[in-house]
Amino acid sequence: MSNGTLKQILLLTDGCSNDGGDPAAIAALAREENVTVNVIGVLEEGSLNEEAYEEIEKIATAGGGISQVVYMKQLAKTVQMVTRQAMTQTLQGVVNKELSQILGREQEWDDLSPEKRGEVMEVVDDLGERVDFEVVILVDASASMRNKLRTVQEALVDLSISMDSRGGSNYYTLLTFPGKRNDTDIIKGWTSGITGLSGLFDKISVGGITPTGPAIQAAIQQFQSRKRRSMISYGEDEYELEERGS
Amino acid sequence: MEKTNMNSRNEAPNFPRGTKLLGKWNRNVYHILKPLGRGATGIVYLADSKHGKVALKIGHNSMSITSEVNVLKHFEKVQGQILGPSFIDTDDCIVSGQKHPFYVMEYLQGVSVFDHLKEHGNEWAPVFMVQLLGDLSRLHRAGWVFGDLKPENLLITGPPYRVRWIDVGGTTIKGRAIKEYTEFYDRGYWGMGDRKADEQYDLFAAGMIFIHLIEKRRFEKGKDGKQTLMTCLERNEQLRPYRHWLKKIVNGAFQDAEAARTDLMKFIAKREDRHRKVDQPPRQNRRNKVRKKAQKQPALVGIIDLVLVIAFLLITSVLYLVGQMI
Repeated sequence: MSNGTLKQILLLTDGCSNDGGDPAAIAALAREENVTVNVIGVLEEGSLNEEAYEEIEKIATAGGGISQVVYMKQLAKTVQMVTRQAMTQTLQGVVNKELSQILGREQEWDDLSPEKRGEVMEVVDDLGERVDFEVVILVDASASMRNKLRTVQEALVDLSISMDSRGGSNYYTLLTFPGKRNDTDIIKGWTSGITGLSGLFDKISVGGITPTGPAIQAAIQQFQSRKRRSMISYGEDEYELEERGS
Repeated sequence: MEKTNMNSRNEAPNFPRGTKLLGKWNRNVYHILKPLGRGATGIVYLADSKHGKVALKIGHNSMSITSEVNVLKHFEKVQGQILGPSFIDTDDCIVSGQKHPFYVMEYLQGVSVFDHLKEHGNEWAPVFMVQLLGDLSRLHRAGWVFGDLKPENLLITGPPYRVRWIDVGGTTIKGRAIKEYTEFYDRGYWGMGDRKADEQYDLFAAGMIFIHLIEKRRFEKGKDGKQTLMTCLERNEQLRPYRHWLKKIVNGAFQDAEAARTDLMKFIAKREDRHRKVDQPPRQNRRNKVRKKAQKQPALVGIIDLVLVIAFLLITSVLYLVGQMI
């Protein structure tokens, strides 16, 4: 197997979308594009909103990803764990598929003896270290998220520390919603590495509505536009150009 | 793929005493005795088996259980040294219709580092550090990095007292990204480096354990992590003697665990020396001796008095007898 690329959307929200239809439906679409949607629900201490909870879980289930609801303080660690675990899970899915192809029948993880599982896990771990990683970070910047954005930013910097410690390459892009004119604003185009992420949230304007569904749609498009651009100018050059531009 | 719900920390099953687990693959039987502790990936129980008492970790996520088993098996290959608990068995069991992955390891009996220090004094902290650094050195030479090093993952066995690792789930191949970490002991959190598994990552965590053991609390990084840390080293009386060593270890200045160990030994020796040469002769101890003498004197006076009284009585009675005889 070659190194391959893992694609994730990481959605940070406090739930309660109120514009543009069911976000879970669009998350299901992402999954079809081999993009995993992970959702982190950012709540304030003491607040527990059943509806928000449900929405967060639904989006992740539909998007083949992982969801976790956290309070502000644990955010940094959770973002890292969720991303990592989602990565392992996706890779395990890939390896599983390969396995049943090789073995020629429906042999899945759970049907393997613990010994075999151990061997497969080594492969998964190894892949997790080497695979290239692309993630669209989608941050809910509706009014209720206003005072959480600083913590969100810290968490994202923390995530990039973990990801950049791997062997494989990492590319991030940062979108917020609602945007000034469209559903989303691109705060930072595709970039690799940690420096790209800090200090970005100062520019964000916080808006009223929460169009989570359309925002996920926009995130999917980011992967497509990246693919298109990569075909024109391949490799790292593109990112350098972008950085000089901004 | 099934969705993994990460809120499921409590989902690792709570088994009452006497629950019988039958391994699906290896057909071994285990009887649950009591829970020993719970971690991020599952609950560890004390259990009875044909090997005697064992520690049995049961989880909900088969992946992380498998990962930990892999690490435990690798630990066995670090030759000739007992680093973590030894691995015994891994299997699946079905309890009330639900499948749970689990593994079994040696049961280590001991107390937490904090309990030990409470009972035997803080002077044990540097001793355990020396032991820990020795173990780290051996692990690193075998190509591994411990990762999630923290007091909760250590146990003091004995006597003779020895620090042992109990949870090796975060162990990572050198050069890869750290899998698991705890903020206070994590170099990345403090803004003092990345999360690449290298010797210095573990050494940073070891330094933070030392700080935690003496400070008795964890604290947050504040605005500038490095600054907060340095201030703490200067402020705490008990840490101050080790501050040069601690600064080196958290700044990644030691080439490997062995270098950190040798340097710490030097500091401990120097401190012992200073106790003997400088601290003892001046005031404090001399005053102690004077006080001891002062305490001794009344007793001595009492004895002399007693002897005098007896002598007086004897002489009087002898004189009386002599007087009678005449």
